[in-house]
Amino acid sequence: MNTSVKELGDLVGREYKEGFVTDIESDTLPPGLDESVVRFLSANKSEPQFVLDWRLDAFRRWQEMDQPDWAHVHYAPIDYQGISYYSAPKRDEDRPQSLDEVDPKLLETYDKLGIPLEEQKALAGVAVDAVFDSVSVATTFKDKLAKVGVIFCPLSEALINHPDLVRKYLGSVVPATDNFYAALNSAVFTEGSFVYIPKGVRCPMELSTYFRINALNTGQFERTLIVADEGSYVSYLEGCTAPMRDENQLHAAVVELVALKDAEIKYSTVQNWYPGDEEGRGGIYNFVTKRGACRGENAKISWTQVETGSAITWKYPSVLLEGNGSVGEFYSVALTNNCQQADTGTKMIHIGEDTSSTIISKGISAGRGQNAYRGLVKVLKGAKNARNYSQCDSLLMGDRCGAHTFPYVEVKNPTAKIEHEASTSKIGEDQLFYCRQRGLAEEDAVSMIVNGFCKEVFRELPMEFAVEAQKLLGISLEGAVG
Amino acid sequence: MLKISDLRVAVDGKTILNGLSLEIGTGEVHAIMGPNGSGKSTLANVIAGRDGYEVLGGTVEFKGKDLLDLDPEVRAHEGVFLAFQYPVEIPGVANIALLKEGLNAARRYRGEPELDALDFLKLVREKIKLVEMKEEFLYRSVNEGFSGGEKKRNEIFQMAMLEPSLSLLDETDSGLDIDALKIVAGGGNSLRAQDRSVILVTHYQRLLDYIVPDYVHVLAEGRIVQSGDKDLALKLEAEGYGWIEESAGAAA
Repeated sequence: MNTSVKELGDLVGREYKEGFVTDIESDTLPPGLDESVVRFLSANKSEPQFVLDWRLDAFRRWQEMDQPDWAHVHYAPIDYQGISYYSAPKRDEDRPQSLDEVDPKLLETYDKLGIPLEEQKALAGVAVDAVFDSVSVATTFKDKLAKVGVIFCPLSEALINHPDLVRKYLGSVVPATDNFYAALNSAVFTEGSFVYIPKGVRCPMELSTYFRINALNTGQFERTLIVADEGSYVSYLEGCTAPMRDENQLHAAVVELVALKDAEIKYSTVQNWYPGDEEGRGGIYNFVTKRGACRGENAKISWTQVETGSAITWKYPSVLLEGNGSVGEFYSVALTNNCQQADTGTKMIHIGEDTSSTIISKGISAGRGQNAYRGLVKVLKGAKNARNYSQCDSLLMGDRCGAHTFPYVEVKNPTAKIEHEASTSKIGEDQLFYCRQRGLAEEDAVSMIVNGFCKEVFRELPMEFAVEAQKLLGISLEGAVG
Repeated sequence: MLKISDLRVAVDGKTILNGLSLEIGTGEVHAIMGPNGSGKSTLANVIAGRDGYEVLGGTVEFKGKDLLDLDPEVRAHEGVFLAFQYPVEIPGVANIALLKEGLNAARRYRGEPELDALDFLKLVREKIKLVEMKEEFLYRSVNEGFSGGEKKRNEIFQMAMLEPSLSLLDETDSGLDIDALKIVAGGGNSLRAQDRSVILVTHYQRLLDYIVPDYVHVLAEGRIVQSGDKDLALKLEAEGYGWIEESAGAAA
């Protein structure tokens, strides 16, 4: 046990019987969750008292909550005492020293995605020397952001440097006790981003966790908070654009967005966590709560997600349309292959007058994959002239997969206009043969047809993301036909 | 170019082609006519390599290669093109994107460099004139919302772009008005060349007024029962298929 770790142990007043498992891989807390773990996590980041109190409150409430069971997914019960809630980032000397030490399968995927070699190293966690581009990239773009007053930093840093700002908004969209996983996250969150865009500022670049160096060791319980002050604009890109081959693991993140008057937040995700193998062994349980609040007139929040990974996805990026004239959008592609299961969709809660929302959902099922769209459009009594347009399309490949649609509509104001369209189609032998007759190999043909199906969503993604999303779909569907 | 010997093919256990033999020389245009259900479309699909057709026996040789052994896309790369009777719609996939992929896949196969966007567009603009299509068609989803005539013209346009050595036109004339028929035929004729062959599969002889074949074959009950020149098509037009079916029945 080294000194600093011992100090931390003393600090939270708990005897660690096994101490920290300090092996060559990482410093890890022993499995288990109780109040002392929560205290340790807070102390480890030197958090202000209010955060600790908030965590402890969430933890106590979480203990009284039950895991939700309404989603159309099946899995063995999760042992929350069998999970370790802290793992320190690997030190440079413990990382793979070159790409030769990295799983060749992973590298093959990187190649197919066309990721440059230096970035491959970063993604695979290879120790990189100081001249590596991303360091300088990070520095130059930090300068650029600072000039216009944009704050973009790890949440743990923001809690120390901007406590009042964070305190004002943290948990204001997703309360600590919102749901089982959000409560767990509130108690034990360890990493994430904080973004603040000042009044009237249009963020000069797309913000991405990709550029944030510590994001390479993404935690299981990230928490992201983005605040766009009046009249500002930001586009935020989240996600690993390459697979992280973690083993069976719970990933319970929370993302909160706040858009004030006339502000716009565009949040794009390409999620490609490890989906498990063909027999459904391993893979990530991706139980994520994402919600945005349009907290002023004409505010706009737009979610775009491409979900190709994870063994199980449970995720409903939602928008609370509080301000009059505010706008919510949800564009989604969810793909399930092999034994993957996804239950995903959105909630659009119309509170203000003249609010409008758009939902475009594209579900693709292959192999034995199960794909459910679950959406709620709710128009409250005061939401005069609310409008919603929903379109849910499902594409089936093969005859062992499933597509399910659960659209809920609750309207309490008679002036609302709600439109819903849904379709289910099978990828046709005719379409495949047509493409092959024109010279496309079978996998290219599948890729082209599926990308065509998803076009309306992809065009919402920033350009580079769209290209990678298309490639990812192709890779994720390999072997799905023929 | 193409040599079919004693080809026997079943669909869902039912024999459709029953000992069909046919030889297509380089630069020749052949018409294959016959009553409904005689196996015309089956023949076109088997040559192009569609799934669901069980080859019970016989051989198909194309430029000296065993065609039946090749994947559909490899057949396409080798120069086999099928103009579909019912071109399928592919939502969200731009016409031009599919064509560019297909063309460049064939070029890679032949060891030629891929066409860049500029050269590709130049070729497109040249070929699209043949079928009198507007350029906006290029950017619409493949066949989506196209009228019957537009779909057929699109097939001919793709054929002109890919410059196949063997073109199979499966009932390309069906459902076309006379103006569209002339345009389609014009496109087809533009491909006539010493090194290219064409098989016209048709029920009516009307198309043959515009694309005049070197040979006409009559397919009945899964076999070629009669071969001749252009006059045979005219006789079929005048007398119907009844006499053919009778003689085929008598022969069997």
